[in-house]
Amino acid sequence: MSDQQLAAPTPSSTYGAQARTWNWRRALSPTGNAGDAVFRAALFASALVLLLIVAAMIAAIASNSVPSIRAFGFGFLTSREWNPITGNFGALPFIYGTVMSSVLALLISVPLSLGVAVFLVEQAPRRIARPITFLVELLAAIPSVVYGLWGIFVLAPFLREYIQPPLANWFGWLPLFQGTITGIGLMTGGIILAIMITPIISAVVRDVLAAVPMSQREAALALGATRWETTRVVLANGGPGIAGAIILGLGRAIGETMAVTMLIGNRPEISASLFAPSYTIASVLANEFTEASDELYLSALIQLGLILFFVTFVINGAARVLVWSVTRGTSDTARA
Amino acid sequence: MITTGRSADAARRSLSGVMTTVTAACAFFAVTMLVLILGYIAVRGLGSLSLQFLTDTPKPVGEGGGIGNSIVGTLVLLGLASVIGLPLGVATGVYLAEFGSGKFASIVRFVADTLTGVPSIVVGVFVYTILVLPMRQFSALAGGVALAVIMIPIVARTTEEMIRLVPASLREGALALGAPQWRVTTGVVLPAAASGIATGAMLAVARVSGETAPLLFTALNYKFMSVRLDQPIASLTVQIYNYSISPYEEWHSLAWAATLVLMTMILFINIAVRFFTRKKF
Amino acid sequence: MFLSLTIRTTFAFLLTGAVALSAAACFGPSSGGGVVGSGGGGGTVRLQGAGATFPNPLYQKWLSEYGKVNTQAQIDYQSVGSGAGIKQIQEQTIDFGASDKPMTDDELKKAPGELLHIPMVLGAVVVTYNLEGVAAPLRFSPDVLADIFLGNIKKWDDARIKADNPGVNLPATDITVVHRTDGSGTTAVFTDYLSKVNPAWKEKVGTGVSVRWPAGQGGKGNEGVTGQVKAQPNTIGYVELAYATPNKLPVALIKNRAGNFVAPTLDAVTAAAAETIADTPEDMRVSITDPAGATVYPIASYTYILLYKDQKDAAKGKALVDFLWWGIHDGTRFTKEPQYPYAPLPAEMVKRVEVKLNSVVSGGKPLRATQ
Repeated sequence: MSDQQLAAPTPSSTYGAQARTWNWRRALSPTGNAGDAVFRAALFASALVLLLIVAAMIAAIASNSVPSIRAFGFGFLTSREWNPITGNFGALPFIYGTVMSSVLALLISVPLSLGVAVFLVEQAPRRIARPITFLVELLAAIPSVVYGLWGIFVLAPFLREYIQPPLANWFGWLPLFQGTITGIGLMTGGIILAIMITPIISAVVRDVLAAVPMSQREAALALGATRWETTRVVLANGGPGIAGAIILGLGRAIGETMAVTMLIGNRPEISASLFAPSYTIASVLANEFTEASDELYLSALIQLGLILFFVTFVINGAARVLVWSVTRGTSDTARA
Repeated sequence: MITTGRSADAARRSLSGVMTTVTAACAFFAVTMLVLILGYIAVRGLGSLSLQFLTDTPKPVGEGGGIGNSIVGTLVLLGLASVIGLPLGVATGVYLAEFGSGKFASIVRFVADTLTGVPSIVVGVFVYTILVLPMRQFSALAGGVALAVIMIPIVARTTEEMIRLVPASLREGALALGAPQWRVTTGVVLPAAASGIATGAMLAVARVSGETAPLLFTALNYKFMSVRLDQPIASLTVQIYNYSISPYEEWHSLAWAATLVLMTMILFINIAVRFFTRKKF
Repeated sequence: MFLSLTIRTTFAFLLTGAVALSAAACFGPSSGGGVVGSGGGGGTVRLQGAGATFPNPLYQKWLSEYGKVNTQAQIDYQSVGSGAGIKQIQEQTIDFGASDKPMTDDELKKAPGELLHIPMVLGAVVVTYNLEGVAAPLRFSPDVLADIFLGNIKKWDDARIKADNPGVNLPATDITVVHRTDGSGTTAVFTDYLSKVNPAWKEKVGTGVSVRWPAGQGGKGNEGVTGQVKAQPNTIGYVELAYATPNKLPVALIKNRAGNFVAPTLDAVTAAAAETIADTPEDMRVSITDPAGATVYPIASYTYILLYKDQKDAAKGKALVDFLWWGIHDGTRFTKEPQYPYAPLPAEMVKRVEVKLNSVVSGGKPLRATQ
């Protein structure tokens, strides 16, 4: 546009010996154009805001956790006591409930999601695959509180009447299926989570499978492999990406709040039974956060939030790295 | 392989057939869940839906009441979240796409991706400590900021991907004509990616419109019609939560009807996005 | 490094907030009929309250009716639990709190100003259950009740429950206890009662808005507990009377100190208040569980509004005390309706509350006397 402007020096900004004239435009943008410099600085600022939000989040949560960390140390993670009256707080029941409900969700959801993804990428004709893809993705669009509502009035009564009694009859010798049947508890929470994370896992697995080069399939088919054997080759190739997808689903399950709160029974106790009520970190925050009037109580809750933050942060980071390792260079380029 | 015999071969083929059936069953099952959930919402929701329900405010038990204030509240919260979140998100996305090769950009990209995975309840706790406590006030502003924090990374990453879909030739052509980079980006690249960015933004709005957990500590709830940003405000999701855990049959019906309204809104956005992007994917 | 980051972020947020607010100021007033002034001069006054779920059905009715009488006051009450009511009034994020459990001295100290307890009505915490085929109301003696909630009595046909209920055909099913997950005045009243009547409870669990429950599953609010009892067979829970009867749930008779099984009627609740009125201190913080008297229901409580004695905003303060005044006088007529089974304050308490309300000031000026 105006190349003369590029070269025009700014007299006010002489800048020591290294650079005879320090040009703010050049400093901000390699092109040295004033518009470019402002433009780039503005964009940079907004990218910086994103980082600052996360930094502020960590700072706010960490600093408010300090009283609890001081009071309980590492014992916080291993104590089973959660007693606002005596002022003793331990995270173990919540960690247990969070882990168990998420693992249960994965046990159900992973085979299901793999099945869905394989069907859509490897087996279904395109004109069937496309609408089904859209419908499965719609499951991810349903809000958590709506899953909770549906869970309370449809899923929980269904499990109570038709699923849990036979389980108790046939497998009652296992501690997993003992105890009172109420329809509300770890199992119901896990199943609703499974439904919620299935669209997420299957969507990522779909991307991963689609990224496996067509030559792999052609090679397997040329060797006389059946369709399923070919699929297994493709799955093996996409291995790290599929692992990433599963971890991504795990991260989502760990952080889910409303649906789980409405269905898991909200009781900080460790029980071997899937029928028993349990509690997750996210649900205890939803239930108790606004009312913890004691400083230590509030701090213990915020420390739970800190744990949740870091666990999901690490899990998501790991998942992204794994998924990138497969999809990099195929779906889009230059992911440094 | 062929030498292993006809029966083994048949077994392999039948296994393959079985697996095709199994995977199809998985897909069928997932779609069935969707139909069950949406069907139940439609059946239960339609029964209590009326014009009065859509415009009224909540009433004591036994006197009906509606979700007019919740609809308005949700729109205010989404508007606020968009005002804050969309510019920041789009700008960050443009930065990542246009200048995103350095170390700083890859950190931003990584942090954005991981921030999308941070549970929304943690965002609620965060906004409560930085806005609600200092302001001494639950407010629509706090709710909108919480939703914006959730929106920003989603918008940033979709924007980046949409801009990367713009053919390099377009950009190079404009640069070759002597235009500075900012003119190229705002005048050529962004318009080319606009529909993609818009759909990404719409999806982000759809996503946060279903959020409940971060609003519990920030926007709280409010019984009256209100658009004040410095005051608590109602939202569809919190209203659904309150109605659904209540013991009253009447409120359960209201919860289903409110859910129908919310789902209609969300599905509308999703289907619209699907319609607009049909050619691209 | 973190510190500087935080400061910069805070700044960024303030900036975004300011931009958003100014944007809102532009489109706000024109876009809706519900927009009102902040409570300065003669315009509408907005008040935000939150807390106890125990009186919520009645408070919602009151606010709905009071809105018709005084159209200048727009008062909202969110039923989030007594614990939250106490916490949020301490933090001054709301204009008034509500709790069924009086605040402790420690809690009062944490508040930045002097808080008043204004009793509004009396209510009963009832034991409700979901048992198919049991028509007559069940009867519980205190120790049996404590052992059920301690998890020591696990089956509905336990010999000790049968001993309290001769002739009732109890099923051989597991008992599922439903309790509160949020900080609850209802819990405080219930555990206060159990601690008084059962030493094992006092030692193992104690009294408070949130306790460590030895058995059962949790629900949020009186609403949630009632919902869970109603939805699941073989459950037992404790809720305010106004949640049980309108939902057609049965309520149990409890054996009082005089040895009589008493149903949670309003007369029995009023009798409990009458027994304790002489001992009620000047600041109104009193427990009325397990009193003497032949006809008293032993698990009852006042429910309080919490407000600062010195109101920052005179218009808001005035609207609030006017509403509370209306509640304890005109509001009592709604307690005669079956959906709102609360007992009005005894006449003597009404007088004492009037004195309290007249003592509320703003900037040194009494708010009621300005009429």
